[in-house]
Amino acid sequence: MKKPRLVMVGNGMAGVRTIEELLKIAPDLYDITIFGAEPHPNYNRILLSPVLAGEMTVQEIVLNDLDWYAQHGIRLHLGKKVGKIDRVRRRVIAEDGTEEAYDRLLLATGSNPFMLPVPGNDLPGVIAYRDIKDTDEMIDAARNYKHAVVIGGGLLGLEAANGLKLRGMDVTVVHIGPWLLERQLDETAGRMLQKSLEDRGLKFLLEKHTEALLPGESGRVAAIRFKDGMQLPADLVVMAVGIRPNSALAESAGIYCNRGIVVNDTMQTYDPKIYAVGECVAHRGVAYGLVAPLFEQGKVCANHLANFGIGRYSGSVTSTKLKVTGIDLFSAGDYMGGPGTEEIVLNDAAGGVYKKLVLKDNKLVGGVMYGDTADGPWYFQLLKDGRDIHDLRDHLIFGQAIGGDAGHQGQNKAAAMADDAEVCGCNGVTKGTIVRAIKEKGLFSLDDIKKHTKAASSCGSCAGLCEQLLSATIGGAYTPAASDKKAVCACTEHSHKEVRDAIRQNHLTTVHDVMRFMEWKTPDGCDKCRPALNYYLISTWPHEVKDDPRSRLINERVHANIQKDGTYSVVPRMWGGLTTPAELRAIADAAEKYQVPTVKVTGGQRIDLLGVKKEDLPKIWADLNAAGMVSGHAYGKSIRTVKTCVGAEHCRFGTQLAMDMGVKLEKMLFDMYAPHKVKLAVSGCPRNCAEAGIKDVGVIGVDSGYEIYVAGNGGIKTEVAQFLVKVKSDEEVLEYSGAFLQLYREEGFYLERTCHYIERVGLDYVKGKVVEDGENRRALYARLLDALKDLKDPWAERVAGVEKQEFEMLSV
Amino acid sequence: MAEWKMVCKVADIPPLGSRVVRSAEGDIAVFRTSRDEVFALRDKCPHKGGPLSQGLVHGDQVTCSLHGWKLRLDTGEAVAPDVGCARRYPVRIDGDTVFLEI
Repeated sequence: MKKPRLVMVGNGMAGVRTIEELLKIAPDLYDITIFGAEPHPNYNRILLSPVLAGEMTVQEIVLNDLDWYAQHGIRLHLGKKVGKIDRVRRRVIAEDGTEEAYDRLLLATGSNPFMLPVPGNDLPGVIAYRDIKDTDEMIDAARNYKHAVVIGGGLLGLEAANGLKLRGMDVTVVHIGPWLLERQLDETAGRMLQKSLEDRGLKFLLEKHTEALLPGESGRVAAIRFKDGMQLPADLVVMAVGIRPNSALAESAGIYCNRGIVVNDTMQTYDPKIYAVGECVAHRGVAYGLVAPLFEQGKVCANHLANFGIGRYSGSVTSTKLKVTGIDLFSAGDYMGGPGTEEIVLNDAAGGVYKKLVLKDNKLVGGVMYGDTADGPWYFQLLKDGRDIHDLRDHLIFGQAIGGDAGHQGQNKAAAMADDAEVCGCNGVTKGTIVRAIKEKGLFSLDDIKKHTKAASSCGSCAGLCEQLLSATIGGAYTPAASDKKAVCACTEHSHKEVRDAIRQNHLTTVHDVMRFMEWKTPDGCDKCRPALNYYLISTWPHEVKDDPRSRLINERVHANIQKDGTYSVVPRMWGGLTTPAELRAIADAAEKYQVPTVKVTGGQRIDLLGVKKEDLPKIWADLNAAGMVSGHAYGKSIRTVKTCVGAEHCRFGTQLAMDMGVKLEKMLFDMYAPHKVKLAVSGCPRNCAEAGIKDVGVIGVDSGYEIYVAGNGGIKTEVAQFLVKVKSDEEVLEYSGAFLQLYREEGFYLERTCHYIERVGLDYVKGKVVEDGENRRALYARLLDALKDLKDPWAERVAGVEKQEFEMLSV
Repeated sequence: MAEWKMVCKVADIPPLGSRVVRSAEGDIAVFRTSRDEVFALRDKCPHKGGPLSQGLVHGDQVTCSLHGWKLRLDTGEAVAPDVGCARRYPVRIDGDTVFLEI
């Protein structure tokens, strides 16, 4: 059977991305033809600024070379502008007469620069800034002429001006507004930006109205005249006063347009056979000009073209970043504020730092940052999530990382880092490597960076820096998804929250059922989703769901920690960090018997036997079991340790029996799996020798009872635990701690530590569920105890033969 | 001279799981996919030598347990953008028995 024909008009970023998405999910569905008016294959229009500035070449910004089109069997008509759509016969006709028939038509005609309607706007030397041709003309002009005038003080205008200046021209920016970037910045930030651009030699004329462009003797533009009579020499005039959706073709075919081609949430036009994406589109009355929303549109459109029928585009909140090297500027949402909003402002004019956050009903609705934009992505995430920020309010303006991140020398300003400075301390990736990859490989998301450079792919502490580099390199292209909308992995469109909800609501009980029910795109998932699904299943339906060892990563599958040489480490449980001479003797015997090369005391007050051969694991466990010891779960997304100080049992300062309390907690939580690892500590007095302030649950004894702190973290990102509640008795410590952990177990996303969980939902929410609502707390606690009852030591089970084949080698 | 050697029964390898075969030329990882296909690779990731047998099997790939490289079971090649290759051993299934050409 012949394949249906898909024709695309327009060969730009949004359109080609849509085709790429389509090829990913339905590679052989269509016979595809693309018309492009420019003579070039799809290139990264965002990077025209670096080309102009002389930092990159045209070759380097090509995203899909001609081979790509050929490999996917796409018929490509370059340099052919489509002039007509015959909707009755379903054909498109190019100006040179080329015709193609379609079954589905995709319009991605982009936008046109707006040219001021002033006399002389068609003179030689008057251009827009839109494509490779314009860029070439500007580079050429910079070689032969002196005076450039850029009309328009928006993002594009400033990038053009910066590039022309770097190429040696004398550049004046003419702007009609009262300050630069008035659509992205408030007045204060706009003035700061102007000052620093003036320091680089750019000149500005604000609130100036252009009256005419005047020709010189050669016929080329030679001067610009303003309404107030002032005149400036101008050998090159670049108009960057805005873009208009290019809907002329659609309009001529009678497709409904209103400031763009009008589409519904599936990117379909009023003609059901015709779809549209990109800058030519008006979606819910908005035409977008940044790449991220356009890519979102492309993804939705591809899904519908592939006949999957899932996904709706419901509009985007965008953020902006100016790509002028060395200037850090970020804005998002409603940055001006107004009636009903409040502002938090930090203004250090001398230090060159300005931050304004706009709040409404305790939510962040917008912000502007100049100078220090490190927290831009964090603010933007809070904004997109619509998170109630009243618990953060007193330190919100100072940003996320007061504690700082580890691994990159405390850097938080990517722009200020040298090219050879290390961004990712785990994988040794420098700023230069990341920026080069973004440019050369055409990367648009943090995930792309992780895949291609490995930066931020291990501990993730440099993700913020990578996001900064991304937005500094490609401008407003980067848009994070709202936390509860992020897809679990590439195997599905569904988010962690949607998966958890579906498992609960539809009583799904196997990994396979979840994948079938939620229409997974891969036959058996991947190393990201399968462990997550398995955890969601066992935590939602305890005792009912059968654990799937093949959906556990190696450490949890064999109940030991794999080491770099393929051997394993074994950590027996020592309740509350307490041991006995008999246990120590047994550990020493085992270490000698199995020739354990390294014996180490861990940070969680345990003894780690490192370098055990896999086939010896059941044997060493059997020996340790015989001495009364069980698994220490040092390998799991599970309860790890309860660290204790000696407490009132021995300490002259102790107010509570910390060791006893710690042992009780650890026994209660034995074999508890969670979204990520869980560490506790109990200190007997506020001197806090057990370091309870950086634990998932930290208990600090005081004379009148215990203070319970939650969501601390001593790892990558040092987070001080937050006060949850003060209680009087040991039983209450167990109930409140247990209820908090059960809430986290039920609602946390896989691999989200308690500190990330609380960052997402807010401490107030947790207090509401655990402290204020006694009935809910008792229910949570009861569910925890029920889930953990009758659990067996996983080591003893393996010794008895469970998953025997794991530990037996074959031979030939 | 390479020859076919009997290794185990198909049922000895769990679906989406693996076994390690000790051989004169080093450890070989034998994998079984959800479609009951069996593949064999040298048990050493081209990245940092991690034991591939300890990885998680999905589709026609295994993800190495040390640093998450994905390798194709049928060719031993790393999935882009990573570049590298683990040696592949031919597998034959005769009835319910798995043979390796070593």
